[in-house]
Amino acid sequence: MEIKKRFWQILIGVIGLSLFFIIPISLIETGGEKPHNEETNHNKTDKKFNATALIFDHIGDAYSWHLFTKNGKHVAVPLPIIVYSNSTGLNVFLSSKLEHGHHYNGFYIAQEGEYEGKIVESSGNVHNNHGITAEITEQESHSETAVTRPIDFSITKNVFEMFLSAFLLLWIFISVGRSYKKRGVTSAPKGLQGFIEPIILFVRDDIARPNIGEHKYQKFMPYLLTVFFFIWVNNLMGLIPFFPFGSNVTGNIAVTLVLAAFTMLITNFSGNKNYWKHIFATPGVPVPLRIIMIPVELIGVISKPFALMIRLFANITAGHIIILSLVSMIFIFKSIYIAPVSIAMGLFMSMLELLVAALQAYVFTLLSALFIGLAVEEGHH
Amino acid sequence: MTGTLAAIGAGLAVIGAGIGIGRIGGQAMDAMARQPEAASKIQTAMIIAAALIEGVALFAVVVALM
Repeated sequence: MEIKKRFWQILIGVIGLSLFFIIPISLIETGGEKPHNEETNHNKTDKKFNATALIFDHIGDAYSWHLFTKNGKHVAVPLPIIVYSNSTGLNVFLSSKLEHGHHYNGFYIAQEGEYEGKIVESSGNVHNNHGITAEITEQESHSETAVTRPIDFSITKNVFEMFLSAFLLLWIFISVGRSYKKRGVTSAPKGLQGFIEPIILFVRDDIARPNIGEHKYQKFMPYLLTVFFFIWVNNLMGLIPFFPFGSNVTGNIAVTLVLAAFTMLITNFSGNKNYWKHIFATPGVPVPLRIIMIPVELIGVISKPFALMIRLFANITAGHIIILSLVSMIFIFKSIYIAPVSIAMGLFMSMLELLVAALQAYVFTLLSALFIGLAVEEGHH
Repeated sequence: MTGTLAAIGAGLAVIGAGIGIGRIGGQAMDAMARQPEAASKIQTAMIIAAALIEGVALFAVVVALM
């Protein structure tokens, strides 16, 4: 009886969660279409729903956090923009100043060209960095093509999401750590501690120990645990579609590049004599053959973390694209009868993504442990 | 034209990955049925091999998308 009740609770929770997934996205879409209805009727038939643009807008990074559009008005959470330009120095302002193509101190978000969607500085009005004069030259700068890209430290959507996940992880693990301090490691875990402890033990006993080795795994546990929980939490946060979550952090290739670079650096810096010997003087290979073997082994050093980077990025991005495509189907066919199909398929994909979120964190950590294990292995040839 | 070719390329990559992962999964099932006590080890090896194949397939898909 107890189990059955729990099952229903979980089922209702899961369905509720997936409804959350679908409703906000559709809200944005129907809201976005409204103004065209009111403006002109023939305009609506001309305007084709552009699914590609919508999807890439949703999985990409942005300077402000767009919530929804109501009666043609965009409602967004402004985020700070921090840019350093060679001419005007450091500029800090809110992204709401740049909405609807507005210029601020000569900065604006490029609508086309090489830097599309990024903040650029028009070099036409560099000499006047005070409000009024900048406004006059605004019109001229449209025709001038000379734009430069300032050094951009902005707290964008993804950066904000990463701060949030870092804060969440710190909060979880500091409180868990505190309860270990209070109760000791021998007594039974309680509350949040009871949820986290099996996962930590899983990373230790199923990932680190068998792959790195009994004697050396402890040194690498902090990194493996950090990377596991960081990827997992960010994957899950990317699946929640409403405001403080839903940014595509682990589906951003820059983020996965940094994670893979950490694995590469740790692997190579902890590599022992045997590791380097296998690269530069592979045992059992004749000397002339080393001309081929050394480049191949060096490519292997780069390609292993490169595959880690692509795998995480492509898996998470593909998941987001599939769900958004399913939702877009309603607007492509312009029919309400597609909606149940879209929602059912979206629900199925959301469930699959929950699995993928944990699986990709596991695979990334497992392969990192494997590469580190290969680098620290003692020779037994 | 290029779009169509890219789509065909992505599809071919997915076929390859499907065959590969399907074979790994099938063989792992076989192995687990023969030796249930080694199931956890087989599972780990299976996931590693599947992840490697998936990595190659995703390379192809990313290249096709670009």
